[in-house]
Amino acid sequence: MTESVRTPVGAPAARVRGRVPLRVGPVSTVLRLRPLVALLGGLAGLLLVFACDLALGDYPISPLGVLRTLFGGGDAGERLVVLQLRLPRALTGLLVGAALGLSGAITQAVVRNPLASPDLLGVTTGAGAAATVVIVTSGTLGGISGVVASLGLPLVALVGGIATAVLVGLLAYRGGVDSFRLVLVGIGMNALTVNATLWLLTIGETQDAGRAMVWLTGSLNARDWDNVVPVGLALLVLVPLTLLGSHALGALQFDDDTVRELGVPVNIARGALLLGAAVLASLATAAAGPIAFVALATPQIALRTAGTPRPPLVVSMVFGALLVVGADLVSRTLFGSLQLPVGIVTAALGAPYLIYLLVHRYREVQT
Amino acid sequence: MSRSSATGDPSGSGPASSASPEPHDESPEGGRRPETLPAPTERDSAPHPERAQRSERAQRSDGTTRSDRATRSNRLNSRRRGRLLGLGVLCCLLLLSCALSVLIGAKLIPPGAVVDALFASSRTENNVIIYELRIPRTIAGVLAGSALGLAGALMQGYTRNPIAAPSVLGITQGAGLAVVLAVFTMGITGMLGFIWFSFAGALISALAVFLIGSIGKGGATPVALALAGAAISALLQALTSALVLLDRQSLDTYRFWKVGSIAVSDMGLIQRVLPFLLLGLVLGLASAPGLNALSLGDDMAAALGHNVARSRAIGITAIAVLVGSAVAMCGPISFVGLIVPHIARYFAGPDHRWLLPFAALGGSCLVLLADLVGRVMARPSEIQVGVMLAMIGAPFFIALVRRRRLMRL
Repeated sequence: MTESVRTPVGAPAARVRGRVPLRVGPVSTVLRLRPLVALLGGLAGLLLVFACDLALGDYPISPLGVLRTLFGGGDAGERLVVLQLRLPRALTGLLVGAALGLSGAITQAVVRNPLASPDLLGVTTGAGAAATVVIVTSGTLGGISGVVASLGLPLVALVGGIATAVLVGLLAYRGGVDSFRLVLVGIGMNALTVNATLWLLTIGETQDAGRAMVWLTGSLNARDWDNVVPVGLALLVLVPLTLLGSHALGALQFDDDTVRELGVPVNIARGALLLGAAVLASLATAAAGPIAFVALATPQIALRTAGTPRPPLVVSMVFGALLVVGADLVSRTLFGSLQLPVGIVTAALGAPYLIYLLVHRYREVQT
Repeated sequence: MSRSSATGDPSGSGPASSASPEPHDESPEGGRRPETLPAPTERDSAPHPERAQRSERAQRSDGTTRSDRATRSNRLNSRRRGRLLGLGVLCCLLLLSCALSVLIGAKLIPPGAVVDALFASSRTENNVIIYELRIPRTIAGVLAGSALGLAGALMQGYTRNPIAAPSVLGITQGAGLAVVLAVFTMGITGMLGFIWFSFAGALISALAVFLIGSIGKGGATPVALALAGAAISALLQALTSALVLLDRQSLDTYRFWKVGSIAVSDMGLIQRVLPFLLLGLVLGLASAPGLNALSLGDDMAAALGHNVARSRAIGITAIAVLVGSAVAMCGPISFVGLIVPHIARYFAGPDHRWLLPFAALGGSCLVLLADLVGRVMARPSEIQVGVMLAMIGAPFFIALVRRRRLMRL
């Protein structure tokens, strides 16, 4: 086996025309050009948009000025604008987008449904319901609302999101996690939490309901370093873990018996991957509120751009970050004083592209 | 399926063969059995159907295929009986909830007074309440519930996706955008003014979803349809949100409209929508055979002689008309289209000829009952029907999904 791997051009059985094999020791993979191009293109676009996000705004700074400021130079005004206002906001957008893209890609690959997203696992709506409870009741409790809003609210949303996802998983558990049952339980839970939120909004004081509505729209307004650090740290741990576990995703495309025969513990793999996706989405929701559409559409956009059989994880991550940062840039600069919530712009930017990809289908790809 | 019913079945023609059991049976079980078995009369009254079946098969081992066929056709018969019974129960439940919906409301009117008021010639207060509030509301609930339930079942069938629903495929959002545009550009208010706008919005967005889903290579595959719906609904929602943020008047109207309510106080609204709704119901129910064929996959359906494109076009038209008229009448009532088909599938099985009527009737019942509970719980005000639907329907739905026998699409 190893002998034939080491022969340079020999081994005719292992070759596929037009595919360049990449072999490093015991690991071998096929170099596919299109996903690589998509990834590099996405990264280049992300870099460009990120730079624009730092440079443009009410107080425009030249790209060179931004670079100088980032590396410790610049005057006091520039340092304040770039380091304290724009960089945390752009970084939050980048991290949130990456987390949502990855989470959506994992969910869609595991559940094998292109309409599936972390929203379906109850993450976003559970987080929203928990946050609404806090906002609506803290008004009646009085003084603690200030502290709760700055520190406790993201935490509560995080806990609410993860708890709902775990509850959905437990309710769907019957000697194994069947993805069809999981989807259906998710639908039910989703409806319950959405309507609980609606009901809470109607019984709350008008002012509290307004504040809850602002949170529920999802926005990147006034994000500072306190928002960036926890999400960044958590992503630093979670992303490598999820990517390591993602080799099981290929096997999970088949039915349960085939997956077992391939040597993958199907329930553990599915549960762990979905839990990872839920935690990622909860973190994103805690940092920026529920930003709709990114987790749903980004994996499909990435899949169709990269031409892969299932949502590519890293490309989805990059595209998610690109979409959110780009949407933030547009909403900040194009509409002047009217600060559109970023969730609206993500849909307005992402949906036409997804439609374009659907119309110009190069080949039939199914999730 | 006791033995007595099997022999009673005309297609079974069992007794003749069972009278002469094969003398040299190879299987040891078959040879041993007749001796150990009790007398035939006792066997006939055996309580366990499975045991009775087994003993019957053992007794006449040459007739197994025939008796199997008999039991199978028998099982089919009993299944059909069960479904017919289910339809009957649903009809009764619908009548009951209609009656309750007329009898119960914010003002406590005793049942006797309700009947009096129904036949009163003068316009008493009770008479007005019943004819101008409760009866229109009940009719609207029945119509909207059946339309949304049926449309949900059609959508899940055509996209072969369990998450498909009017709001997922962008039809509700299309109606919403049209309503907001009507307010924003022309300053129209009131449901009667919105009706054609929301109807047109729903139709146009359904058409757009279908076109985008089918224009690419490979035609209108389920995945493409579902994704086109998701993209269109997100885009329309974004446009609506942006408009609503721009204009305070639009926001107020949209907020009020979006809640969705069957508290329709105008029979004129119902009369205008009714022809379309009936057309949609007929089209939808008629598309059941095509849906059954499509559920085997496009290629198989085509091989069976079905015109796949035509049956999909008819289905999309039915969905658009049904959802459009329901939304024009009551605003978007979420969750009915999503949950009712799954409940109906649990009771009716995957055959669309049964599933579609079950979904239509079940939708009506669920909407009426949820509305009723919402009226009673928060008297004298009320909780919106959408909220109540989720509060009642979702736990029921989850419990149903957790059962062992899960009906797949």
